[in-house]
Amino acid sequence: MTVLAGLCALVALIPLASVVFQAATLGGPVLSISFLTQNPPLPCTPQPGIPCATGGVGSAIQGTLILVGLATAISVPVGLGAAIYAVEFRSRFLGLAISFTADVLTGVPSIIAGVFIYAYFVIYDPSIVFSTITGALALSVIMIPIVTRTCEEALRTVPHAVREAALALGISRWRTTLQIVVTTALPAIVTGILLSVMRASGEAAPLLFTAFGSRLGFQGFNNPINALPLLIYNFAESPYHNWIDLAWGAALILIILILITSVISRLVVQRMVHRMQGG
Amino acid sequence: MDGPTPSAPISPMPRHSPQWGDRIFAVLVGLGGVAVLVIVFAVMGVLFYQSADSFHAFGWQFLVNTRWDVRHNVYGVVPFVSSTLLTSAIALLIGFPIAIGSAIFLTTQAPRWMRGPIGSVIELLAAIPSVVYGFWGLYVLGPYMRTTVEPALYRYLGWTGAFSGTPTGTDVLTAGVILAIMVIPTIAAISRETLIAVPISQKEAALSLGATNWETTRVAIVPYARSGIFGATILGLGRALGETMAVTMTIGNHDAVPTSFFSQGQTIASLIANELTNSNGPLQYSAIIEAGLILLFISLGVNIAARLMLWKVLRVERGSTE
Repeated sequence: MTVLAGLCALVALIPLASVVFQAATLGGPVLSISFLTQNPPLPCTPQPGIPCATGGVGSAIQGTLILVGLATAISVPVGLGAAIYAVEFRSRFLGLAISFTADVLTGVPSIIAGVFIYAYFVIYDPSIVFSTITGALALSVIMIPIVTRTCEEALRTVPHAVREAALALGISRWRTTLQIVVTTALPAIVTGILLSVMRASGEAAPLLFTAFGSRLGFQGFNNPINALPLLIYNFAESPYHNWIDLAWGAALILIILILITSVISRLVVQRMVHRMQGG
Repeated sequence: MDGPTPSAPISPMPRHSPQWGDRIFAVLVGLGGVAVLVIVFAVMGVLFYQSADSFHAFGWQFLVNTRWDVRHNVYGVVPFVSSTLLTSAIALLIGFPIAIGSAIFLTTQAPRWMRGPIGSVIELLAAIPSVVYGFWGLYVLGPYMRTTVEPALYRYLGWTGAFSGTPTGTDVLTAGVILAIMVIPTIAAISRETLIAVPISQKEAALSLGATNWETTRVAIVPYARSGIFGATILGLGRALGETMAVTMTIGNHDAVPTSFFSQGQTIASLIANELTNSNGPLQYSAIIEAGLILLFISLGVNIAARLMLWKVLRVERGSTE
């Protein structure tokens, strides 16, 4: 039976190995400096004697940075606030309701976030339905509950004694929370934010009808913008080889970013647990 | 954040003055909390509002109509609900045993040094973006299904009728397999957490009765963690039901009720992804939003059920250690 259970774990790992292998073998060769900076080329079918322009995914990287940056700026204050409320004012019913709602929201399909923002802006201001603003808002809807949950977990790791010690010194509640509890939990909070940033960077579904995608770089907040996952989706299903190659390169970049983030977050959490236990 | 609080906190001061800072602080963080609650109701409100046209036109008929007829402008949601349920069922059927096997392996069977690293790698599976799985499904899994798996299924199980039609590699079966891959880390990670939360006394009692390692796992540990494992599975189901990109890229996108595992289909999520921005007129748009509303309700229901189950299991354990 041990063998059977081990086999299950092995089977679970095969797809990961295959995805990484595929992205590395097809995306690896196209990676270069110009791949990171140039905009995607026009579609091109290879003809004898006329090589296709290679181009890069510069506009998608730029777009992902802008979209996720804006979404982070919106969701960190909201999510951290909600987490502080839920943990530090834990006796209240509302705190429990917030934790539970955030938990449930993390399970709501990400495409619903896109539909929500799209359907709202169709009524509210149709001229900016496809724009950087709506893309960032859709990503925020996904990030806020994740930030809330991870910050909550982080704040809970701070022992009660720390809060009591601070309050016993006569420090007011809000300063205790911000200067002592949040500071103590800071590595875990930053890790949580990092994880939600990573999640948002890989989301294509909420951006389909908000950021929409564009071959060009940033054109202003009221205009469509590109993103790495959008580029992968749009190019993967195209018949053009130069586009498909770019999509593999973009997939490889996303995978590398995820690997780095998860290693960092694991190290931080380990160190925190160690420090808390070490006292 | 600065309230009108005196900045010397240690010196004695009037009792009411520091409370001002506290109140402002409570309001500010409370706003964040309220925002989380508001999002849920805002999403529901907007989707309700935009699906009104469809609801007035079709009423409850929308839920039982098996045709999505663009030419006659008559819409029913059955093709998408059935594809959604079918792909999710395939995902759980394949994913559940593998996930539970992995979770058991990682908590009770594997050598200690192996547990952490393999656990992390399995969790890494959950971090790979959906669109990357879809891309992989399009170029690796799909062709493999078409040339190897599906012809074999057709040869040996074709007589059942469930595997009839031409194996194309872009069908509900392939989408289901992709979903299985995507739910395994969810189910495995949370099951593992609940298995770890089983009290050590449970294990010791079984071992003291002379049970072997495997018997201990089977009679003492897994049954104790049952409700947590169930919650984890429901959570995995929730993920499968709403998964968009990977399914959209592998299911074939055909607006009809699937009749076999080799049928092209369309889940609610892939319907939205494909047709929301290129609908033929307001009624179809409204019908797509109503389908989205149904997806929202299904996933809310599934997630609330799962969370309630898991909260009971994991909270009690955490509470007991405090």
